[in-house]
Amino acid sequence: MTTRQATATTSRPSQPAGRRRRKPLTFDRVSFFAVFLGLPVVVFAVFVISPFVQAIYYSLTDWTGFSESMNFIGLDNYVRLFNDDIFLKSMRNSILLGLIVPFVTIVLALILATFVTVGGGGTGEVRGLKNSSIYRVVSFFPYTIPGIVIGIIWLQMYDPAAGLLNAALTGIGLDQFANFPWLGDASTAMPASMFVIIWGFVGFYMVLFIAGIRGIDPQVFEAARIDGAGRFRTAVSITIPLIRDSIQTAYIYLGITALDSFVYMAALNPNGGPQNSTLVMSQELFITAFTKGRFGYATSMGVMLAVVTLVFAALVFTVNAITGGWERKARSEKRTDASPVRLVDPTTSRPVDATSAQGEES
Amino acid sequence: MTDTTEVDTTDRRAPTEPGTQDQSSAGKSGRGVNVVAHILLIMWSVLVVLPLVWVLISSFKTTDEVLSSPLSWPDKLQLQNYVNAWTISGIGNYFLNTVIVVGFALVIVMTLGGMCSYVLARFEFPGNRAIYYAMLAGLTFPVFLAIVPLFFILQNIGLLNTLPGLILTYVAFALPFTVFFLHSFFKLLPHEIYEAAKVDGAGEWRTFFTVMLPMAKPGMASVAIFNFLGLWNQFLLPIALNTDMSKYVLTQGMAEFVSQAGYSVDFGALFAAVVITVAPVLVVYIIFQRQLQGSVTAGSLK
Repeated sequence: MTTRQATATTSRPSQPAGRRRRKPLTFDRVSFFAVFLGLPVVVFAVFVISPFVQAIYYSLTDWTGFSESMNFIGLDNYVRLFNDDIFLKSMRNSILLGLIVPFVTIVLALILATFVTVGGGGTGEVRGLKNSSIYRVVSFFPYTIPGIVIGIIWLQMYDPAAGLLNAALTGIGLDQFANFPWLGDASTAMPASMFVIIWGFVGFYMVLFIAGIRGIDPQVFEAARIDGAGRFRTAVSITIPLIRDSIQTAYIYLGITALDSFVYMAALNPNGGPQNSTLVMSQELFITAFTKGRFGYATSMGVMLAVVTLVFAALVFTVNAITGGWERKARSEKRTDASPVRLVDPTTSRPVDATSAQGEES
Repeated sequence: MTDTTEVDTTDRRAPTEPGTQDQSSAGKSGRGVNVVAHILLIMWSVLVVLPLVWVLISSFKTTDEVLSSPLSWPDKLQLQNYVNAWTISGIGNYFLNTVIVVGFALVIVMTLGGMCSYVLARFEFPGNRAIYYAMLAGLTFPVFLAIVPLFFILQNIGLLNTLPGLILTYVAFALPFTVFFLHSFFKLLPHEIYEAAKVDGAGEWRTFFTVMLPMAKPGMASVAIFNFLGLWNQFLLPIALNTDMSKYVLTQGMAEFVSQAGYSVDFGALFAAVVITVAPVLVVYIIFQRQLQGSVTAGSLK
């Protein structure tokens, strides 16, 4: 490697190294690529990519796993899926979760985040609520608790006789709730289960949105106030458009979690709940595969779950793009401003130093 | 390091920066909203804390006390539930397994993820984008799609129901997230430093470990925290791929605890087991909550 080439490259900051020249294949470089790229990619390919690809093939077979015979049966599994009432029920339940849980969680998180960030002060500069960090710390708690344990905690809370919920409700005089089986009644099992998932995630997204709102230039809020926008108006027409990206990310992550929901349902109602009212696709898949041993059929359920998940993600992107409009531009300008790129900028914008240092060496 | 502190300050800018001069000008309506805001936030906080406090109190009750009245205080402070949970119910063993699996998986995935994202972010070669998008796909597709084939892959290489097998799958499934987020950190590192290291005669290996990796520390720390939580809380992979009871991890053990079915459940010990599972992570969280929330902030600025 010669100094001249290096100098030429440094005059163009932020260009990846290998673009401009070919480096000799030294042992250092070859071993570097083999280990740095080869190792992770092999692990990833063997344990993540290959199972995904195999799953699609298995879903076209009648494989039961332990037998030798594996017949290719085309789309028969999928035809059967759409005639399988229990699976269709589980799919409806999953979709219901995917629609309701992200929406309620995000709305709640946004309301709480708005209160924390712009709740204080009526006029003048926009101010955060005083002593609000305690709310942030506390609300975040559930995110650190394993899903199965969240499920177990609420299983005990909802217990008809020994649970805190019914004890509290009868304590304030609502005697009709004595021994009410929240998870054992087909009409309440699903809403009660949804609440558990929402309880677990609101705090995390509240923190995420608080960060997003604090990234907005306070002058934007001030301008809105001067123009006479009330708090609600400010939240709807300023805050939400400016943190769209955070909301979109939140929607997708929450959607994936809610469409899965396996861990919560496994704790609350391991067998699908009264009249299968809380049975979800992931549970049905797990039972079909590991209890009944119908692996081919189970993987076709996995493919359906993946399809539903991708459709959901596509839907979120589309809705965000359609409703995006002009705010998108304003937001992306703001983002570049707040991103850490700026922090390293002073270094990158000094190519002269690097060049002169090399000059001295040669 | 500077990176997080910098982000941290921006995070705190809004509440500290505004002057106090408008304190007086804040009208009555402002105070009203203030009160409403506090009340709603307190209500949510209570909703979050109450179940946890109730579990803690119940963990000191005998099973009879638990079943007779949910609102009563324990008769006397007894730790028998904890002893039962730790030894008889095997939570102690599960705890140890979890520490081993999560510890190894975390170190391996951070190393592999750091290396892979560094190469993907800073070197141009054919297939670079393809690998990156494959990682992204791995992040989006549900693990449930892979779980059946994964079971047989592990069985074929003899790692089914073993801790190394579990560690390997943890690493593989945490890799996309790790690479995806570290990618942007490595992308931001100044190019001149790499050149300077080269000029000083450092090879690729040394450049990475002595120059680039230390600079990506804030990013590594954030991702490590999220990976830790994700792996500690992992449920599906162990219950499908690790069915040997002596090798159970905590989340599996907890599920086993409640599914022991019906009448024989030792509720006192169950509550104690919940406390044992939740408490360590909660304590770590409270100590590091500022950094963790900083990580969420940093992630959101991407």
